[in-house]
Amino acid sequence: MKNGFSVFMAAFIALGLSWCGFVLGPVQQLGTAKQTTVLNSSDIYPIQRPGDATLGLQVYRANGCAACHTEQVRQDGVVCEVALRNAGKNPVVVSNLVSTLKLADLTKDEADAVSDKITAAGGSTEIQIIPAGTDITRGWGVRRSVEADFLYDYPVQAGSLRAGPDLANVGARLPDLNWQLVHLYAPSALVKNSAMPPFRFLFELRKVGAASSPDALQFPKDFPPPAGFEVVPTPEAKEIAAYLLSLKADAPLYEAPFTPVMTKP
Amino acid sequence: MNADKQSEFSGGAGVFASRIDASCRVPLLALFGGAAVWLVVGLALSLAAIMTFHKPDMFADCPFLTYGRAQAAANDALLYGFCIPAGLGVMLWIFARLSQTELALPLVPIVAANIWHLGVLVGTVAILIGDSSGFAWLEFPRGGSVLLFAAFLLIAISAVATFGQRRERELYPSHWFLLAALFWFPWIYSTANLLLITHHPVRGAAQIAIDSWFANNLIFVWLSLVGLGTAFYFLPKLAGRPLHSNYLALFAFWTLILFGAWMGIAVSAPLPAWMPAASSAAAVLTLVPVLAVAVIAVKTVRGSEAACKGGPLCYVKFGTTAFILSGLMLIASACPQFSRVTEFTWFGPAQTQLQILGFFTVVMCGAIYELLPRVMGFELPFPKFVRVQHWLFMLGIVLWAGSLAVGGVEQGMKLGNPQTAFADSTSAALIFLRAGTTGLLLILLGSLLFAANIFTMTLKWKLALIKTMIVFVKSPLKNPSASASLRRDQKEVKS
Repeated sequence: MKNGFSVFMAAFIALGLSWCGFVLGPVQQLGTAKQTTVLNSSDIYPIQRPGDATLGLQVYRANGCAACHTEQVRQDGVVCEVALRNAGKNPVVVSNLVSTLKLADLTKDEADAVSDKITAAGGSTEIQIIPAGTDITRGWGVRRSVEADFLYDYPVQAGSLRAGPDLANVGARLPDLNWQLVHLYAPSALVKNSAMPPFRFLFELRKVGAASSPDALQFPKDFPPPAGFEVVPTPEAKEIAAYLLSLKADAPLYEAPFTPVMTKP
Repeated sequence: MNADKQSEFSGGAGVFASRIDASCRVPLLALFGGAAVWLVVGLALSLAAIMTFHKPDMFADCPFLTYGRAQAAANDALLYGFCIPAGLGVMLWIFARLSQTELALPLVPIVAANIWHLGVLVGTVAILIGDSSGFAWLEFPRGGSVLLFAAFLLIAISAVATFGQRRERELYPSHWFLLAALFWFPWIYSTANLLLITHHPVRGAAQIAIDSWFANNLIFVWLSLVGLGTAFYFLPKLAGRPLHSNYLALFAFWTLILFGAWMGIAVSAPLPAWMPAASSAAAVLTLVPVLAVAVIAVKTVRGSEAACKGGPLCYVKFGTTAFILSGLMLIASACPQFSRVTEFTWFGPAQTQLQILGFFTVVMCGAIYELLPRVMGFELPFPKFVRVQHWLFMLGIVLWAGSLAVGGVEQGMKLGNPQTAFADSTSAALIFLRAGTTGLLLILLGSLLFAANIFTMTLKWKLALIKTMIVFVKSPLKNPSASASLRRDQKEVKS
């Protein structure tokens, strides 16, 4: 390279290309994203977080929670199962056929083939899609995280380190408000050997007055607060707890399909 | 051409080289002084953050030092407080030396250095009081970023002006790397700030892509450009051998900026699949410049008779080795097979720490130790500290980055096995984190030695300046011969 201009051009081309790829590309593709509909339903997803949860995201940001917690669930593909819904007019033929087929632990193509065979014999089937992967087995989520999960968040706190567990679905996993608050105040009271720092500065230790505060935390029996005192969450603590409870990435979507497990009433 | 350049590098003799050096004195002191403070502050904050893993409730009542804030402040103090101003200072000196002219517009970088360090102060305090922007490696709020951006442009003006008035028209490889870095930072920093930290930020997951792009372009590409530009200047100079092959250096330069700029999107990021795929492909191709740099460094240094003895040559050699290692770690973690284990573990922080501390900080400290005595016109006040600091840094970085990396792999193995409880993966890494703290402590000690050298030097220079001024004020009143002694004093200060 002979002169400053050629160096400038080289840097311009190289950085310009990557800028088009990873700045312009995402802005074009994701920057205008809108709500989508939940698979096989008319519900829309995602729904704007409630007001206190939106404020709670700012508490989450201010204290750098994303330094230790991710909000993204990984998934290694899906496993399909074929379920027989209706045996049709020839139940014997269909049930004989079904007994010879492998119905679980299939790929999508295999499941389609099996389903076609059963349908040809007169039965009707349903293919169930079950996401696979360590994170899902751990119960951290029901499907992988997708772009839509972050649509309304600013700043997006996806995180990159799991010094603590993933929080993408913590609102569905641990829906008890009191548990969340006690855990913020004293993580080791609820999780043995927890490495999480307690966030006592988000709480007030108060003398119990004539009557205890309705907001006071309910501690487990083996971890009582000092006698005559109660622990009351500050507004920030309530907001961040509301944010944590609002973290629910559990809707089946076109880009991350799964068959919801029906919970018994 | 190389031989010519060499004779110019090994200069220092001759009135001219000393005038060039003297023209850089005040701007460089302003940049390096602040940088030394931020190096110590950043490492101390890093230590405060890691203490959480020794005693979780250490800062339970102190919001300012809770892990998430202290860690972010430490990262930014090191990157923006130390790395960038140190790199810019070294760059100004290299430009002046390669151009064989005095630094152009010397007042501009003095002002800019103060604005820059003010910006870092604003940003770091903002993070500690909970005003971080929440984007990794871009935590400074708008007030801080605006100051940094303005200061960078001012320094770039002075650097480009010095470059423009060069006497030797032909460019040296360091020129390519450093000029590209001057262009790189304003582009990535303004893009990231304008799209992420405004009233109308981009929507949703696009933030993840842009922040990853920015962080990679700053930590991998920018630091590599400046660090390698510096290494390619000092390696030949200190080893007394010409840089091995300008063509290979050109090849490394082109491949680094073309492929390196596309890395950074994590393998399982919740983004459209083409983005992580493109990033992984770019990572594989980035193997080319990393290996090219290894070949250049080895072939330049091999056969040299210069002994390094813990001096600047040792620093640059160790730094270049760390660059190759951290580059390989970064490339490995972009490969899906490897990232299954290392993603979301301490392996990632290990790589960035190796890049920032092991590679960039070490190369910069070596360069500063080599150039500062020339710039100031007197020897380092504590020359023995240079060697001690080298050993402290080397040991500290191996311990710190090494234990984070091994701890990360260990953690990843447990994380990847759903039968293992999550708490086991945390405690597996905990042992390594605690061992690594020793390493961090050693690095902090080393940085204190560095700061001691810089500040004693600044103090000595200021005292000499004040002495000259006193003599000057007193001279006409006392006796006419004082003006002669003034001239003598000034000469002493300059030489």
